[in-house]
Amino acid sequence: MADTLDTAHTDPTEPGLPALQHRHLLGLATYSAAEIRLILETARQFRDVLGRRIKRVPTLRGITVVNLFFEPSTRTRISFELAEKRLSADTVNFSVSTSSVSKGETLKDTARNIEAMKIDMVVVRHKSPGAPHFLTQCVDAVIINAGDGAHEHPTQALLDLLTIADLKPSFEGLNVSIIGDITHSRVARSNLYALTALGAHVTLCGPRTLIPYGIEEMVEGGRVRVTHRLEEALEGCDVAMALRIQLERQEAGLFPSLREYHERFGIRLEHLEQHPDLIIMHPGPVNRGVELASEVVDHERAVILDQVTNGVAVRMAVLYLLAGLPDGEGAG
Amino acid sequence: MEPQDRIKAQLMDARDLDRTLNRMAQQIVELIDPAAPGGASADQFALIGMQTRGVHLARRLQARIRAIEGIDLDLGVLDATMYRDDFRVRMKHPVVRATHIPFDVSRRHLVLVDDVLYTGRTARSALDALMDLGRPATVHFLVIVDRGLRELPITADFVGRRVPTIPGEEVRVRLREIDDREGVWLVETARPQAPGRVPL
Repeated sequence: MADTLDTAHTDPTEPGLPALQHRHLLGLATYSAAEIRLILETARQFRDVLGRRIKRVPTLRGITVVNLFFEPSTRTRISFELAEKRLSADTVNFSVSTSSVSKGETLKDTARNIEAMKIDMVVVRHKSPGAPHFLTQCVDAVIINAGDGAHEHPTQALLDLLTIADLKPSFEGLNVSIIGDITHSRVARSNLYALTALGAHVTLCGPRTLIPYGIEEMVEGGRVRVTHRLEEALEGCDVAMALRIQLERQEAGLFPSLREYHERFGIRLEHLEQHPDLIIMHPGPVNRGVELASEVVDHERAVILDQVTNGVAVRMAVLYLLAGLPDGEGAG
Repeated sequence: MEPQDRIKAQLMDARDLDRTLNRMAQQIVELIDPAAPGGASADQFALIGMQTRGVHLARRLQARIRAIEGIDLDLGVLDATMYRDDFRVRMKHPVVRATHIPFDVSRRHLVLVDDVLYTGRTARSALDALMDLGRPATVHFLVIVDRGLRELPITADFVGRRVPTIPGEEVRVRLREIDDREGVWLVETARPQAPGRVPL
């Protein structure tokens, strides 16, 4: 018998198992397919906890997380907060109204305060792209991006992926269409990176004014295409993600009216009838009758509420996988 | 084994393991005695296999008990990773595996099955995990190897073999369901330095 051999493990804590190669979650652009899969698989286990009698595990006891929201957000903040509480972390909410913030300077000051309060992890939402990255340079804490401008919203894309993974056998060759305001959407960018990393093809669809020129070049491998016709985006499509239309985009003159938007890019019941396997997703909150017809929102193939449930599970997984990793961290 | 393992001794071969499991299946059957004071019928008993190898051991025990007595015990799968106490001292996070217990553990008589008993910390976390799922009537603990060196006041009710070990040694239970060999080995392990994290 040879002295050293196989790679199986007696104990799941043995070295050699997959782990995240990142200390922070700033975006999915640099996350590998293996890392994304690890997060999704871990999220599935945490989702089971949410269905139990006692919906709490002691995993993150002693870890303090601050939810630093410079932009108004109800659901993402509640989802993170719930995820933190379900893991027994201590949480602090730090909501700063946009009006009172003169960004760069205040962010740095806030970062100094966080440092002084001995906080382990920071969940940050900010209107400026790169704000979470900036924070990593100011503080020792683990930074999780909860949405930074039009850059990335990684946990949203991860929860979208988990929702898809529950319904489809594989991402390889899957056709996903993202429909709406691509230009201003961090959700679209994070999904673009993550979906293509896992082998899916992505079609971006929307008015010309709301799709950045050349965005299909952002990811290598030719997996991304752009169309301005909804019918084309839905042809052969497995999953359609509608993005929320912000009313101020219309006021800025980027499209003529909400009614016209709905007629050209809104998903209606007839589309579901034409495409009997099509799954509908939306990051919420939905403008009924704009991105999705009201009957589509309530349709059994719309999985919007599954996305919400998966959001808590995915955030638990991300917190778990990033928390407490040694970085000069003392054993405790 | 692990790439860094050096085998010191084989503690059990496939036949030894087979005999041990037969004996332990008998011991579980003896536990099921409705006539005894505080005794319970077979349908109130269940096996809980601990991820990963405890699950396969529990399945084998279930099959043996079926063969001996015609009794079909319920079987659950437990992963206690979320309840571990060494979260902040490990270099890498353990992978969270599935917990799947398709019955209510409350008022049940459970036999918790694991491969190796060492510090007792995994058993402690498993007990906490079970208590969060309900209130079992009793929990018995079964292990193939008790290697000593306990750090907590925990003991096993059914032990395949007691093997005194020293720190730096590991006991590897290998099962044909998931490994390329079957048996139990004592190895000496030189842990590699955990790799540093790649910065963004």
